[in-house]
Amino acid sequence: MSTQMVEVPPKGGFSFDLCRRNAMLAKKSEGAKAPSFRKTGTTIVGLIFQDGVILGADTRATEGPIVADKNCEKIHYIAPNIYCCGAGTAADTEAVTDMVSSQLQLHRYHTSRESRVVTALTLLKRHLFNYQGYVQAALVLGGVDVTGPHLHTIYPHGSTDTLPFATMGSGSLAAMSVFEDKFKEGLTREEGIKLVTEAICAGIFNDLGSGSNVDVCVITKGDKEYLRNHLMPNPRTYVSEKGYTFPKKTEVLLTKITPLKETEEIPEARDDMEE
Amino acid sequence: MDQKPSNCGLPSLEADSQRTLYPYVTGTSVVALKYKDGILMAADMGGSYGSTLRYKSVERIKPIGKHSLLGASGELSDFQEILRYLDELILYDNMWDDGNSLGPKEVHSYLTRVMYNRRNKFNPLWNSLVLGGVKNGQRYLGTVSMIGVNFEDNHVATGFGNHLARPILREEWHENLSFEDGVRLLEKCMRVLLYRDRSAVNKFQVAKITEEGVTISQPYSLKTSWGFSAFKNPTLGAEGSW
Repeated sequence: MSTQMVEVPPKGGFSFDLCRRNAMLAKKSEGAKAPSFRKTGTTIVGLIFQDGVILGADTRATEGPIVADKNCEKIHYIAPNIYCCGAGTAADTEAVTDMVSSQLQLHRYHTSRESRVVTALTLLKRHLFNYQGYVQAALVLGGVDVTGPHLHTIYPHGSTDTLPFATMGSGSLAAMSVFEDKFKEGLTREEGIKLVTEAICAGIFNDLGSGSNVDVCVITKGDKEYLRNHLMPNPRTYVSEKGYTFPKKTEVLLTKITPLKETEEIPEARDDMEE
Repeated sequence: MDQKPSNCGLPSLEADSQRTLYPYVTGTSVVALKYKDGILMAADMGGSYGSTLRYKSVERIKPIGKHSLLGASGELSDFQEILRYLDELILYDNMWDDGNSLGPKEVHSYLTRVMYNRRNKFNPLWNSLVLGGVKNGQRYLGTVSMIGVNFEDNHVATGFGNHLARPILREEWHENLSFEDGVRLLEKCMRVLLYRDRSAVNKFQVAKITEEGVTISQPYSLKTSWGFSAFKNPTLGAEGSW
C-alpha cells in the first residue's frame, strides 16, 4: 500500500489552513496585524406595524476609525416583498444578501410563487452556520408574504430570532432604548416611520460607528416603498451663507475636439441563425 | 534563545493578592439627572456575584455630608471602602467647626484624586461613581470612573446606563424639570435597563437631594409589559428560530 498522500481536490467552503499561521504571526510580532475589514459599524432596526414591516438603517461605513463611505446603502434587496438590513463586514452582508436574492429568484421561477420570508431566513442561516461565524454578517430581515408580515434577526453564527421589533449593530443599544420606551403593537404607517427614524437617529447621534443619514423601507402586502435618505440630519454646512465659490477660471477662447480613433462603418450583421 | 519574562515593573506574583485584579460582587448602572430643585439619582438594589444575583437589598446610593449624594456601580466592597474614606473626610471637616462644609464639587474632586492615584499604583477601586449635590443654590452632578476619568454634566450614567439611558436623556432632558417629570424620566431609563441589562433587578431606590436635604425613597419596583401578541407564539411561521 502506498504511503503517498492522495491529492484530494479542495472541497467548497472556508479553508482554515492559514488560520494557525495568522494567529502565530499576530502573537509573535505585535506589528503584523491582519488587515482590517471595511465594516458597517451600524444602527439597523426593524419593526412590525399594522400593515406590514418597516426597516431602517443609517448610512455610515467605517474602516477602523475612518469613515469610508458617508452615504452607503445598508438596506439590501432580497425579493420584491423582502428586504434585509446588514451590519458587520460590508463585503459579507453584500455578498450573502446578493447570493440569497438570486437563489430566491431561481426558486420563484421554479415554483411560480411569491417568495416567503422564512425561505430567505433559512437560506441565510444555513449559509452563516456553515461558515461558523467567519462570514460576519448580522442581519435584520423583514418582509410580507402570503402568511403575513415577518421580522427576523440573524446573527453571524447562524442563530435567528423572530421579533416584533429588533435592532442590530453597534448602535443597537441606543436604538433599542427608543424602541423599548415607545413601541406598541398596531402602529400606523406614519407612527411606525417616525419611530424607526427616531431609533436610527438615536444610533446616529449616540454611537460613533453610525452616522450621516437615515434610510427607511416600508413593506406592506403587495407594495414596498424604499425611502432612500428619508432624513438627512447631518447636512454639510459652510462657514459663510454663500457656500464655497471657486476663484475665476481661465477663459475659454476656442474649443476643438479631435477624435483619436477613426470611426468605421460596420456592415449590418447577418443573422446566421435565420434559415 | 529563551529570555526571562519581563516584569514590567509590576508587583510580583505574591503581591498580586494585594491588589484588585477583578471585581467579585458588583452593582450595575446608576442614572442621575439635574432637575429644577436639585439632583435625582436612581439605582437598583442588586449585588451580583458573577452571574448569580446574590444580594437583592444593596443600597448603592448614600448621602455624604450635608450636601451630596454618592451612587456607585462596580465592586461593592470598594464602594464600602470609599464610604469609609469619605466618612473620615467629612468628620475631619466637621471638626474644624468653622460653619463651612464640603460641597459636592469638593467631594467630587477628592474622589477623582483618590481614584486616579489608586489606578496609578495598579490597584484600582473598581467603581464608577456618580456624585450629585446642591450647595448655596448651585446644583452639581459629576462622575468618576475607576481609572480616574471625571466630568460633570446635566445627566450622567454608569455602565450599561451609558448605552441605554443616555440616548433617552439626551433627547428628553431639559432645564427646569419638575420633580414628577424627573422621576418619570428616570423610571423610563430604569425600565429600559431592566429589560435589556441582564444584571438589573426590579427593585429600585430613587434619591433626591435639594438645598433642604436628602431623601432616599423606599425600595419599589416598576411595572413591565410583556403582553405583545407577537410574544405568544413567536416562531409560528419560522420553525427552528427562537
